Amino acid sequence: MTATVFRTRGLTRIYDTGKVQVRALDGVDLDLFESEFTVLLGPSGSGKSTLLNILGGLDRPSSGTVMFRDIDLTRLDDTQLTAYRRDHVGFVFQFYNLVASLTARENVQLVTDVARDPMPPEDALRLVGLEARLDHFPAELSGGEQQRVAIARAIAKRPDVLLCDEPTGALDSKTGVQVLEALHMVNMQLGTATIVITHNAAIRRMAHRVVRFQDGRVLSVETNDHRIAPQEIAW
Amino acid sequence: MVMRALDRKLLRDFARLWAQALAIAVVLGCGVAALVTSFGMYQALNESRHAYYERNRFADIWASARRAPIHLVPLVESIPGVRSVEARIEGMVTLDLPGRVPIAVGHIVSLPTFGPPVLNVPVMRSGRLPDPDARDEIAVNEPFARAHGFALGDRIVANINGKRRVLVITGTVLSPEFIYTLGPGALMPDREGFAVIWMPERAAQGAFDMNDAFNSLTVALHSGARIQDVIAAIDRLLEPYGGTGAHGRDRQESDSFVSAEISQLWTMTIVMPPIFFGVAAFLVNMVLGRIVALERTEIGLLKALGYSNATIAVHYLALAALTAIVGVVLGWIVGARMAGGLARLYARFFDFPYLILRASWTVYGISGLLALASASVGALRAALSAARLPPAIAMQPPAPPSFRRTAIDRAFDHLRLSQPTMMIVRSILRWPLRAAVSVLGLSMAVAVLAAASFFDGALDRMIWLTFDQANRQDAALILAQDLPEGAIDEIAALPGVLQAEAQLVAPVILRNGHLSKHVAIEARRPDADLSRTVSSGGRVIAPPPGGLILPQRLADYLGIAPGDAVTVEFLTGRRETLHMPLSATIEQYVGIGAYADFETLNALRRQAPLISVANVTLDPDATEAFHRAVKQLPKVAGVAMPTDARRSFQDTIRQNITITTTVYVTIAVLITLGVAYNGARIQLSERARELASLRIIGFSRGEVSFILVGETMLLALLAQPLGWLFGMGISWAFVRGVNSDLYQVPFVVQPALFARASLIALISALAAALIVRRRIDRLDLIAVMKTRE
Repeated sequence: MTATVFRTRGLTRIYDTGKVQVRALDGVDLDLFESEFTVLLGPSGSGKSTLLNILGGLDRPSSGTVMFRDIDLTRLDDTQLTAYRRDHVGFVFQFYNLVASLTARENVQLVTDVARDPMPPEDALRLVGLEARLDHFPAELSGGEQQRVAIARAIAKRPDVLLCDEPTGALDSKTGVQVLEALHMVNMQLGTATIVITHNAAIRRMAHRVVRFQDGRVLSVETNDHRIAPQEIAW
Repeated sequence: MVMRALDRKLLRDFARLWAQALAIAVVLGCGVAALVTSFGMYQALNESRHAYYERNRFADIWASARRAPIHLVPLVESIPGVRSVEARIEGMVTLDLPGRVPIAVGHIVSLPTFGPPVLNVPVMRSGRLPDPDARDEIAVNEPFARAHGFALGDRIVANINGKRRVLVITGTVLSPEFIYTLGPGALMPDREGFAVIWMPERAAQGAFDMNDAFNSLTVALHSGARIQDVIAAIDRLLEPYGGTGAHGRDRQESDSFVSAEISQLWTMTIVMPPIFFGVAAFLVNMVLGRIVALERTEIGLLKALGYSNATIAVHYLALAALTAIVGVVLGWIVGARMAGGLARLYARFFDFPYLILRASWTVYGISGLLALASASVGALRAALSAARLPPAIAMQPPAPPSFRRTAIDRAFDHLRLSQPTMMIVRSILRWPLRAAVSVLGLSMAVAVLAAASFFDGALDRMIWLTFDQANRQDAALILAQDLPEGAIDEIAALPGVLQAEAQLVAPVILRNGHLSKHVAIEARRPDADLSRTVSSGGRVIAPPPGGLILPQRLADYLGIAPGDAVTVEFLTGRRETLHMPLSATIEQYVGIGAYADFETLNALRRQAPLISVANVTLDPDATEAFHRAVKQLPKVAGVAMPTDARRSFQDTIRQNITITTTVYVTIAVLITLGVAYNGARIQLSERARELASLRIIGFSRGEVSFILVGETMLLALLAQPLGWLFGMGISWAFVRGVNSDLYQVPFVVQPALFARASLIALISALAAALIVRRRIDRLDLIAVMKTRE
């Protein structure tokens, strides 16, 4: 078995909205491994996104621990968390979150400007098949293309982990598959640990492991013996 | 170097927001321009005056006497603290100038026989000083020579002490003593009608019968000398020779005007720019706050990508800084032009040989820094909130603002307001701080307009009181010396004279305890109709026998009220000191005087009725004959022409007011557009979905526009009373800054002018809202509904 990249123990996150306390995560123990492609499945509000935000250093748990390799993320202050995100984590979001006023290349450059050992933005965009669309603005790209720019932006820094929140959620099946291909390729070629949140059960078949969530807890963890290629997926 | 992606975002955001950024930059630019103009001119005038006084040895003390023996000079020199002394002969003469009908007046100053003057050294502008032995050579002040186109060698005729003399101009000069020159009774410099004439001492001695004598003394002091002690010592020495009291620079006419102007510029400097910088800071705060709210997801993204909080804060501060830089450059360009214009305007009133603008670089620096600082202060809240946004929350859309039913809503239920009206009212109640900031910004524009229109009303009142009520004569003949009252009949018989009235003038010091003031008591017959004393209500009050009437501000200064007695120390005649009761106070806006009954003043001075001035009205068709006759009169030392003074005052002031009003209206319109446009844009951006929804469910464009325009106009309406209040505050600060012995500007509040200010402000606000309203027509309903916010 390969080394763990994330290890969470008793991870709990409570949102206090004044009158009601919402337990978004309720004692999650989970190990995630280097180079692994993991899919997190579960209904809305089951805690997937909260976990992803905590793993990515965007949010902090209310209690419990979360280790990234040897680093206890709960002990990092804001500045250290910022450095952690900059050096180790790549994010891909459902709504792409591209900066509208920057071209595809410049959106990737946003990352390469601050990363320690980035690849050239052009290389990152080539990896996701967008070498012909370098100087297009987000408004000039299709949804799938925009999401692939977001993936290029996420991988350009050569991250240790790639965290994707519903990367195909806003896409139709055909463009969704292009995005999955890009993620698959990154996972295979760069060996980046990739964690993908999805509602879409079809996607689980391309993962090494599938973690199911319900009510802030891990319901099950299953290993995929027969992974299929992204092209074979349809929904 | 390759530009960083974040910097590109900055520049593109700036380009996208150009209209809003420009609206803010223009307001900032106004502040910078105002500062460059007023503070720049303040420094320039201050430094030029200082250098001029230093280099040309401007005196510290002036004294005059009727006729003092020359042997007093060494005694004055031996007063402790005195560095140098110059005794001179000064006198007023009337001039008969080629091609000019009205009488001109000349102020003669003697030049020492040996060497150039020690004090108040004139600057040669052309030609040479007159030969000390010449009887008919003179130098004149350059502006006078220019106004008449005189060349060296030209001749003018002067009526000196009753003798007509032909004088040859050998040179033109400027003097630190005559930076601002006023003829008798004039309110504005009249370069054609008033000359300063430098004449060799010997010639002046002969002309004014002053052999081995002087009537004017200028004194320079060692640093650290106690000026009050020296003045007292000089007064003691000159008293037996008709001394009328020595004084320092504070009562030197030219310096008083220059000082008044400098202090006015200072008032402008501290009142105007802060308004613009404040409004601009509000605007930056509003606009940037909205941008940060709109860019929540981008901020979250940047944080997810590993950008630090500081980098993100700096990113938004930089957006404000770019706006500020545009404003600063605009302000510098406009300010430099305005300062140039103001310098040209000053050149029409003040005669400096040079204007030192060296200091202006610091002004540019300071104004730039202040603009940057105010934009940054405005941006700080938004930048900090961007930095503080937790990244995970930033990625989610903001929760809908929480509206609650309040007591106000229940009150509105009874008013049966339409839903769009409710939307307007709720939005203001929901963001009271933002509404308050908009109201404050808009009220500043109203304040500037109200303050500008204040001048109009104040000057109308000044002119009404000074000319329509108090000084109604066409001409005042100033006699070379007091004459028996019978002389008035002679003057009444001059060609063109319709009416002639006698007036006696006596220089005095009024004292109450340690407070004192040099003034001239003017005395007229109770039935005088031409020159009168008028109360603030416009009622004519004749000084009662035995009593004194003073302007309110002089009574305030001396700390006396009607019924109190004041000590009157006569400086001429028998030089007695008496006590007189204050009978009443009046309003006086130009100059400062004291008024008594004609019989009373003559009786107090124990003399048969004498007159010093004759006030006359003229037949408009016979003024030429009148002037011709007066030029031949030996007894007349000068002529004041209140009607002409009024005309030139009105013309000049009206012209200046037109300029300032134009500037202020422009400024106010720009502020209003800046505030209202940005406010409406923010509303539109926040409400695009709401407004689109209303359109989809069947509201017309007009109904939807009503919400947008309605809120802007409601805020603009709320801003009016506040603006009037601030406007009165600014006017009041101005009145306080201007008031001196030379002028008092009345604090006049004219509702009609305030209404005009409000009308301009409301129209500008409406224009701004309508510009934004056009965007409602272009709302892409489907796209707006799809956009995720």
